[in-house]
Amino acid sequence: MNSSLLSLAIWTPIIGALVVLMTGNDRNAHLARPIALISAIVAFLVTIPLYTGFDTAVAGMQFVELYNWIPRFNINYHLGVDGISVLFILLNSFITIFVVLAAWQVIDTKVAQYLAAFLAMSGLINGIFSSLDGVLFYVFFEASLIPMYIIIGIWGGPNRVYAAFKFFLYTLLGSLLMLIALIYLFMASNGSFNILDWHELKIGMGPQSYLFFAFLIAFAVKVPMWPVHTWLPDAHVEAPTGGSVVLAAIALKLGAYGFLRFSLPIAPDASQYFAPLMITLSLIAVIYIGFVALVQQDMKKLVAYSSISHMGFVTLGFFIFNQLGIEGALVQMISHGFVSGAMFLCIGVLYDRLHSRQIADYGGVVNVMPKFAAFFLLFSMANSGLPATSGFVGEFMVILGAVKYNFWIGFAAATTLIVGAAYTLWMYKRVVFGEITNPHVAEMSDINSREFLILGILAIAVLAMGLYPYPFTDVMHASVDNLLKHVAVSKL
Amino acid sequence: MDMQTLYLLVPLAPLAGAILAGLFGKQIGRAGAHTVTILGVAIAFVLSVIIFQDVQAGNTFNGSVYTWMEAGGLKFEVGFLIDKLTVMMMLVVTFVSLMVHIYTIGYMHEDPGYQRFFSYISLFTFSMLMLVMSNNFVQLFFGWEAVGLVSYLLIGFWYTKPTAIYANLKAFLVNRVGDFGFLLGIGLVAAYAGSLDYFEVFEKRHELAAMTEAVTGWPLITAICISLFIGAMGKSAQVPLHIWLPDSMEGPTPISALIHAATMVTAGIFMVTRMSPLFELSDTALSFVLVIGATTALFMGFLGIIQNDIKRVVAYSTLSQLGYMTVALGVSAYSVAVFHLMTHAFFKALLFLGAGSVIMGCHHNQDIRYMGGLRKYMPITWITSLLGSLALIGFPFLSGFYSKDSIIEVVHFSHLWGSGYAYFAVVAGVFITAFYSFRMYFLVFHGEERYDQNPDAHHADAHADDHGDHAHDDHGHDDHGHGGKPHESPWVVTLPLVLLAIPSVIIGYIAIEPMLFGDWFGTAVYIDAAKHPGLAELDKVFHGAAAMAIHGLQTLPFWLAISGVAVAWFFYLKAPHIPAAIKKAVGPIYTLLDNKYYFDRFNEVVVMAGSRALGRGLWKAGDQTVIDGLLVNGAARTVGAIAKLTRLIQTGHLYFYAFAMIFGVFALLTYVYVVWLRRFVL
Repeated sequence: MNSSLLSLAIWTPIIGALVVLMTGNDRNAHLARPIALISAIVAFLVTIPLYTGFDTAVAGMQFVELYNWIPRFNINYHLGVDGISVLFILLNSFITIFVVLAAWQVIDTKVAQYLAAFLAMSGLINGIFSSLDGVLFYVFFEASLIPMYIIIGIWGGPNRVYAAFKFFLYTLLGSLLMLIALIYLFMASNGSFNILDWHELKIGMGPQSYLFFAFLIAFAVKVPMWPVHTWLPDAHVEAPTGGSVVLAAIALKLGAYGFLRFSLPIAPDASQYFAPLMITLSLIAVIYIGFVALVQQDMKKLVAYSSISHMGFVTLGFFIFNQLGIEGALVQMISHGFVSGAMFLCIGVLYDRLHSRQIADYGGVVNVMPKFAAFFLLFSMANSGLPATSGFVGEFMVILGAVKYNFWIGFAAATTLIVGAAYTLWMYKRVVFGEITNPHVAEMSDINSREFLILGILAIAVLAMGLYPYPFTDVMHASVDNLLKHVAVSKL
Repeated sequence: MDMQTLYLLVPLAPLAGAILAGLFGKQIGRAGAHTVTILGVAIAFVLSVIIFQDVQAGNTFNGSVYTWMEAGGLKFEVGFLIDKLTVMMMLVVTFVSLMVHIYTIGYMHEDPGYQRFFSYISLFTFSMLMLVMSNNFVQLFFGWEAVGLVSYLLIGFWYTKPTAIYANLKAFLVNRVGDFGFLLGIGLVAAYAGSLDYFEVFEKRHELAAMTEAVTGWPLITAICISLFIGAMGKSAQVPLHIWLPDSMEGPTPISALIHAATMVTAGIFMVTRMSPLFELSDTALSFVLVIGATTALFMGFLGIIQNDIKRVVAYSTLSQLGYMTVALGVSAYSVAVFHLMTHAFFKALLFLGAGSVIMGCHHNQDIRYMGGLRKYMPITWITSLLGSLALIGFPFLSGFYSKDSIIEVVHFSHLWGSGYAYFAVVAGVFITAFYSFRMYFLVFHGEERYDQNPDAHHADAHADDHGDHAHDDHGHDDHGHGGKPHESPWVVTLPLVLLAIPSVIIGYIAIEPMLFGDWFGTAVYIDAAKHPGLAELDKVFHGAAAMAIHGLQTLPFWLAISGVAVAWFFYLKAPHIPAAIKKAVGPIYTLLDNKYYFDRFNEVVVMAGSRALGRGLWKAGDQTVIDGLLVNGAARTVGAIAKLTRLIQTGHLYFYAFAMIFGVFALLTYVYVVWLRRFVL
């Protein structure tokens, strides 16, 4: 039985984007904004049945759609979600609403184009999370680069061209290797681009290793893992607030998702064999990047590095091969979507007022923006992994899983408790607490009702997930169990 | 209402108060804020009393409220365990919290953050109750971190004060070091016991004791206990993780009493007591606990001697007393530790609130060198502080005597490795405690009146004028004007002092027999009496509370305490030139103490600066030079360089291309002729 919910999730925002584009130039910005907002909200609403109608007992794909696309090469328009991917579609559609809202009074040039780019990207990313056909996946994966490239290149900061190129080339390089891997799998499976078919393929250790590294390079750049992470701080610094939000909250999840959809099930033996390497890289991300984050002068860079460090937890969780690890990593990804999104929105709120991201330009913000300070503290605490916020849940699960796997790995991962709190709260202290340091800060006004709404809803999401994560993990169990069983069986 | 609803209401009532005062502070106003929060805490206290009676009647409870999450075969739950240990902690927490709430009306009455303050302390009460009422490790960790958060918020309550926002960050991070160990301990429990429920884990404790940790090869139970205890070292400020507690005095005094003396800092003591079935199985862990506790008890006491800030004297005294409790844990006298926890909660809250009252009375001067003779002006504060000090030094019949003397005795009976050192530390600590406590007492309440001699007073006031009231550890200005005569505090301040003085005096006499010797705790505390007979030995020599006090008059600790008081009296009232002379004579020791054994310096120079240097090194050398400089931009430069070379050939001039073609044809033909034709054809 074909359902069309996933197609709706993909095409609603893209059609919305086209409508927004039709409003034309900035004289019609007052039209573009509400249309974009309505599109984003509708696009989120159509994803809700994906959760409410989701059968948590089923490990396989649900809401499957299958149509011929290019029969000559057996390429299909094949969509479906399982417990691993479904939440990301909701997260992505949810975050898009805030990106549109955050741009409301801030972006005033090429408004329609800006909003359309985000809506289109939202649809394309939903496509990535729901594609079950290799080529379809690749098309969405590559296509989603374009809006982000445009967003950074046009609405970005002074060094935007360097950042946009770095972002584009870095990620393109990785995905070209993936294309080769996809073609290899097409050959090996006697002409199938169905990802689920590939999961069942018997592949020797040699080809598995090549496939693993081809996917690794593609996904490691996206995550990003150390040492291919240096595009992210630059991209964040130059991107407009909305760009940073999508980048951190959603785009980073694509690479991590790829590991679960491709690397682990297609090359389980290679994944196990190279797990020590992956764990080492993940721990370097957690610790090394944690210390780098500590000394950043630029708030956006700091949060960008913090994102890399948090994503280290995700890849760590994947490669310790237990349920706590993988589910913890998935929870961490969703939580990071809320928290990093909120952190970048908070920095955006400050930037809109003072046009600086330098920590040194602030100080004593709480005196003039008490409401903002309260929200910012909540998100900072979530970023430091405080219990009862969403940031705690994933970290806690991954650390428990890691201790179970190997005490010293758990030990190394748990240092984030100290380092993560140090870089986040030290920044908070220098920006928010203290006497007002300069007359510019004194003139800052507290958040308006639009900003209050954005941060308020995200705050509720962060707290709700922290206080009751049960519904999130409940969705994942069957699929994650299935994946673990699958990975445990050798394909040699 | 059934009991389970009551259990739920105990933490929820303060939470409701906190939310109302925090989110709707503006709407409900100052009076509204303190009414709802006090009401919430009062409900929690009354319900705790009801639950106490129910538990006394023999009813205990262990059940979950809701399942927080399930994953990896583990159930993460929120649930309550109500037994004697829990209910005792509930009473202490809610009672002291209630006193502090009332006191705060007076202490903070001019502070612009009045509602915020009430919201925080009620939120703290909620968190602390969740911590002590938990029946599993997850919720314990929740409460553990939540009290840490509120502590952070409250130390930094005056957020414009540089020392306060330094202290709160320090407190949070040092506690995180402890939490790091704590979390690993929980991780080991989850990995090897396969459960996070207290009782399920305790049931498997003998299996755990037989295992070794797979990767490290450590005895598992020792690894678990020491990891958990590292958490306790952070929260309960044991050496070397004690450094945050003295600095936490930058927060308002009511929270110093509630959080940094009576309740939160004792969470570690409570936790180890709760984990007694595990700790009993590892003598190594117990010795570790014992030595850390003894070191804290003695060496933190020394630091109390040279402090001049009234709150810091009490803070170091708290550190030292927490060391005493930890020592009791180390010798398996868990009930004695908890007993001292309880008596200490009352008399130390009293001393802190008394100190706060003195600070108010002296127009926000905290330096005891500029007090003196206050007993005339502040009679209620004086009497209650005297009672608190006597209880602290362990004067017979007062509460502190019973708990502290029990600790000293029980350490004496212990044969654990390190118990000799611990016995010396706790006995010597008695003299030190008496000395610094009465040094402060005499300097504050007796002797010459020096309140008008403070060279900094006017400067400090000017500072306050510049930056608003909340920049100072006081309620700001009062109607008596600056540098005026000290005055007694209003009734909302003195009433809690009186109400705390009562248990400080009598609770030891009443509670010692049931709590220590009557098996009152039942299954809540487990002691392997065969291996650790200390408490049983103590039971043998105990013949009633009155007899114990009378016997106490003939023992060494009593005379040490008396001599401590006497020396303090002589040094600070009779011959004030002596301390200065001693200070000069033992210069290096004084310097060592004055620098607090250089712990802070070590952290600043090695840990903090080291971390920043490491971060900068990794960033500049790793990210910018190697990865970006060499690899990323290097790759781009290589492409650029090759392109530059090839560009030389693409001149666009026709004759160049023609020449190149002719040259190429010529080269090719030559090659064909020389290599190919020669070899194969000719």
